[in-house]
Amino acid sequence: MNNNTSLFQKDMVQEALKQSFVKLNPKTMFRNPVMFTVWIGTLVMLAVSLWTLAGAQGQGSFGYNFTVFIILLLTLLFANFAEAIAEARGKAQADSLRKTREETPARLKNGKTISSAQLQKGDIFICEAGDIIPTDGEIIEGLATIDESAITGESAPVIREAGGDKSSVTGGTKVLSDKIVVQVTTQPGESFLDKMIALVEGAARQKTPNEIALTILLAGFTLVFIIVCVTLKPFADYANVGITIASFISLFVCLIPTTIGGLLSAIGIAGMDRALRANVITKSGKAVETAGDIDVLLLDKTGTITIGNRKATHFHAANGIDEKRLIKAAVLSSMADETPEGKSIIELAGVNPLSYEARNPQFIKFTAETRSSGVDYEGTRIRKGATDAIKSMVTRAGNTFPKEVEEKVKAISSNGGTPLVVSENEVALGVIELQDIIKPGIQERFERLRKMGIKTVMVTGDNPLTAKFIAEKAGVDDFIAEAKPEDKMNYIKKEQSEGRLVAMMGDGTNDAPALAQADVGVAMNSGTQAAKEAGNMVDLDNDPTKLIEVVEIGKQLLMTRGTLTTFSIANDVAKYFAIIPALFITAIPALQGLNIMNLHSPESAILSAVIFNAIIIPMLIPLALKGVAYKPIGASALLRRNLFIYGLGGVLIPFAGIKLIDMLISVFF
Amino acid sequence: MNTEILGIIVMFTLSILLAIPLGKYIAKVYGGEKTLLDPIFNPIERIFYKISGINPHTEMNWKQQMVVMISINMVWFLLGMVVLMNQGNLPLNPDKNPSMSADLAFNTVISFVVNCNLQHYSGESGLSYLGQYWLMFLQFVSAGTGMAAAVVLFRAFRDKTADTLGNFYSNFVKSCTRILLPISFVVAIILAFEGTPMTFEGKDTITTLQGDSVEVSRGPAAAFVPIKHVGTNGGGFFGVNSAHPFENPSYLSNMVEMVAQLIVPLAMIFAFGYFIRRRKLSWMIFGVMTVGFLMLTIPNINMEMNGNPAIAAMGIDNSLGAMEGKEIRLGAPASGFWSIVTTVISTGSVNSMHDSSMALSGMNELLAMMINAFYGGVGVGLLNFFIFIILAVFISGLMVGRTPEFLGKKVEAREMKIAMIIALLHPFLILVGTALAAALPQYTADSLNNPGFHGLSEMLYEYTSSSANNGSGFEGLGDNTPWWNISTGFVLILSRFLPIIGPVAIAGLLAQKKFVPEGDGTLKTDTATFGLMVFAVIAIVAALAFFPVLALGPIAEYFSLY
Repeated sequence: MNNNTSLFQKDMVQEALKQSFVKLNPKTMFRNPVMFTVWIGTLVMLAVSLWTLAGAQGQGSFGYNFTVFIILLLTLLFANFAEAIAEARGKAQADSLRKTREETPARLKNGKTISSAQLQKGDIFICEAGDIIPTDGEIIEGLATIDESAITGESAPVIREAGGDKSSVTGGTKVLSDKIVVQVTTQPGESFLDKMIALVEGAARQKTPNEIALTILLAGFTLVFIIVCVTLKPFADYANVGITIASFISLFVCLIPTTIGGLLSAIGIAGMDRALRANVITKSGKAVETAGDIDVLLLDKTGTITIGNRKATHFHAANGIDEKRLIKAAVLSSMADETPEGKSIIELAGVNPLSYEARNPQFIKFTAETRSSGVDYEGTRIRKGATDAIKSMVTRAGNTFPKEVEEKVKAISSNGGTPLVVSENEVALGVIELQDIIKPGIQERFERLRKMGIKTVMVTGDNPLTAKFIAEKAGVDDFIAEAKPEDKMNYIKKEQSEGRLVAMMGDGTNDAPALAQADVGVAMNSGTQAAKEAGNMVDLDNDPTKLIEVVEIGKQLLMTRGTLTTFSIANDVAKYFAIIPALFITAIPALQGLNIMNLHSPESAILSAVIFNAIIIPMLIPLALKGVAYKPIGASALLRRNLFIYGLGGVLIPFAGIKLIDMLISVFF
Repeated sequence: MNTEILGIIVMFTLSILLAIPLGKYIAKVYGGEKTLLDPIFNPIERIFYKISGINPHTEMNWKQQMVVMISINMVWFLLGMVVLMNQGNLPLNPDKNPSMSADLAFNTVISFVVNCNLQHYSGESGLSYLGQYWLMFLQFVSAGTGMAAAVVLFRAFRDKTADTLGNFYSNFVKSCTRILLPISFVVAIILAFEGTPMTFEGKDTITTLQGDSVEVSRGPAAAFVPIKHVGTNGGGFFGVNSAHPFENPSYLSNMVEMVAQLIVPLAMIFAFGYFIRRRKLSWMIFGVMTVGFLMLTIPNINMEMNGNPAIAAMGIDNSLGAMEGKEIRLGAPASGFWSIVTTVISTGSVNSMHDSSMALSGMNELLAMMINAFYGGVGVGLLNFFIFIILAVFISGLMVGRTPEFLGKKVEAREMKIAMIIALLHPFLILVGTALAAALPQYTADSLNNPGFHGLSEMLYEYTSSSANNGSGFEGLGDNTPWWNISTGFVLILSRFLPIIGPVAIAGLLAQKKFVPEGDGTLKTDTATFGLMVFAVIAIVAALAFFPVLALGPIAEYFSLY
């Protein structure tokens, strides 16, 4: 997937240019109250231009009026272009995802082959090595390695199998080995991706609550300036000052917040687009904004904070027991153990299990009741498992559980390790130490989250001691140890009842209720369908730390709106100082004192202000599309920073800009 | 240092020093804690509550409180119309002053009910003592209304989540009896000692040094004048208000009246902090208001002290400052200071004629009322400021990438809608009112004292003063005509009750919302940074809406003068 596309690609720009004109349709314009008033102003100026052409007096020259008309038209086109280019970029991004799911043949269970577009929810199809999976579904039979690089860009193949939490397959990905039977989980056109495409294309884009509130603010400012401009007429008449229609319209258009009004929808679309670029599919724009408000973040330990699984690091033999005996017992009991922990024990021992003589081994599987596993052979019973499970087995047999083993167990736990006790014929031989490996760089990410004001919570099945150690080492703020699915749910509910917003990531079916309960639930694409339905975002990369990026995208979205609103309104100060003297100077020469920019003539002053007002929109499009950079430096510092750049900058920049434009056009007016 | 400047600093500092403990006391009063005056007023109140069948302990939500507010104000308005239109035939009328015309009575009663006190009449000839007493009563209750409304705001942010926010009757009565009455009592005694009359006898006659016989109006002024300031009403007993030697006899009385009008609005800011246990927030609000206040006051004092170049050009000594329309016993600096205090706060009492202020002093007086939230009237000043806080919270919340929240409550579309309507209302009433007056010279041209820029300022001032519920005037304007009486009357009603109901509604809606605890990502609202943001919002909203009309009025006048 191409994530490094430049902001303005040729074909996108062409499409956006076309759309800029199409969007002049009053029905479309009406959705944006600020720009709609500009639209009306533009029509009025067209009429005035024609009127002057027909010989009207006292409204200035045709050239001047027509220039104002053209600039206003450009203002509208620029605003439309901003929205169109944001849509085009989002669409391009979505298309590249959609391409992966173009017409592919789907082999149904009954042997018939149909096109992927004809697949209905509930249909069952079969894929074998080399096949492209035709649509999203859930494996109901089999296991396969799958190349998901078309979606995630990650080249390493992944394993997906029926049952369990990694049963989902995505349309467009390729089966590399084996054969799976898949059930279709979505109706055509209703997949998450389809929903997301609709969101960036604008058709289904509903304004988020926050956007509505901002629109009210902007509409309010527009109304104020309608009042200001309308009442100016009688004031001017009272003072015997004649003001042309062009001046009135120019003053009005310059004062209303056209900059933010023109860029508002582009900012919203670009936010969704950024989420999509991060390979996150969101079900609504609101979810992205909510992500920016998150207070608490629940993360699974395994895979998020620690690398995959625990590894055996030490053998600790009990007093009087030869370490070799312990290693032998440990290796034998792990022979049939397919878990990564089991494999790591054999790896650590560095012995080939087959070199030991153990005839007719009977492997005992791990169960939740016994909480141990092992092997029986020729009257030897080897067990390894949780401390208390082995301890009770040992003491029940009448043997004593060695003190030093008990102490070792505690020491390992408090060091963040997991102890596994090994026994042979109900005699404790010693302890295997398993350790978690914390992902490199994770501390920095948590530090960043803390600076954003987000509390991180680690969820783990480990005992509290181990959990505490890892939590401290990784730098999370809180942890849920020995977590059962309902613990997650309860934790979320508790935080929510205290007014906090909670986000979590999950993949399993038993995560689904918690995903639904969380304010932002991100399901892994590899997760079960239930999890994906329950959450409000799906992460195509299956990257558990993705939430950090989502939070930043949400914050950027709000910040971009806020800073551009501030900038837009702050601009008015300079525009006033350009236009107000221009309006009155001819009739009241004393007001020359207000012309602090020393602009050339009333006409050039007004034109400079409207030109500045128009060109600032395209100049800010890159910022609107990329978003204002978020820095986790604390809210007050962030406000100071943005107030300085966009507030003070918003006051000063137009003074320079307007003066510069005035110097350029003073040749003509 | 110039003693006149020193006098101003003493007045201002003293007000602040008194306001802090008073704020603590006010928070106690509204918090239902025991206070010193309980033994005196509790038994009396109990009788009145029993007679009226009111249970002062019933908890009300914000809507119920607003209904109570509107209905009791309506009763006072109707009674006031009856008194003023018939005062000529009612008792306590030794000077035989006539009853008021309907349009003047309408304007007068409305303006006293809404704490504006526009006064299109002169007290000496326009009112009987009964009329004066009714208006004095209104000065108490209109101030109490504003304070009781502010208490709804106090309550909304004290508890985490609440539907009911206290009892309006109880807070209203307490405002009058525990706060306004005792302070007024102290002020009245000082004024009486300074020479303000307190009598029910009619006009007296004196023989001047020239030998002429002059009739001098008197009356129960010492009782009337204190609440005019303590309640930030500004309705004077005599026509020229605190410029009158009986109403403001000496420099000391001037200081006392100045402190009296400043302390309750200042104390309400501190009371808010004590009440919701966020004292730092109070200091942020106080800081923003004070910076704004000083930015208007200091230039005014300076301009008034420097005098008028046009007068200097005529060869007249101007060293005392611009003394046109000022009292020699008070001087230019104290008058300049008063002109801003009385306009930032909605008192509107005057000790000099604002019509004669220097051009940009007049603009600052206008700006003070256009903003109407640097201290502001008792209770309502804080409510007005709250609207600006909401707007600032919204924009700055976005700027730090979080859904905006104030004191743990999320500010959403509904609150923004109300805040925006209220923020729009003030410029709407002022600009549309002035525009109509300017567009209809057949009604207004005769009443203007000056043509040209200053005439526009006079009209603008009248509507600004009405809309800010201030009540001062550019008294060159002959405002007792049906046009001014009726048009400003309507402006008064709209600009009083909507700006109370709006913020109270926002507070009520926020109170019902779930409380979000503060985190590291939360924007703190009690910091200097946020204060700067509020200040910017206030400056931009006021400056942007009024700049064009100010350019044609006082600014044009200024540039023509220099």
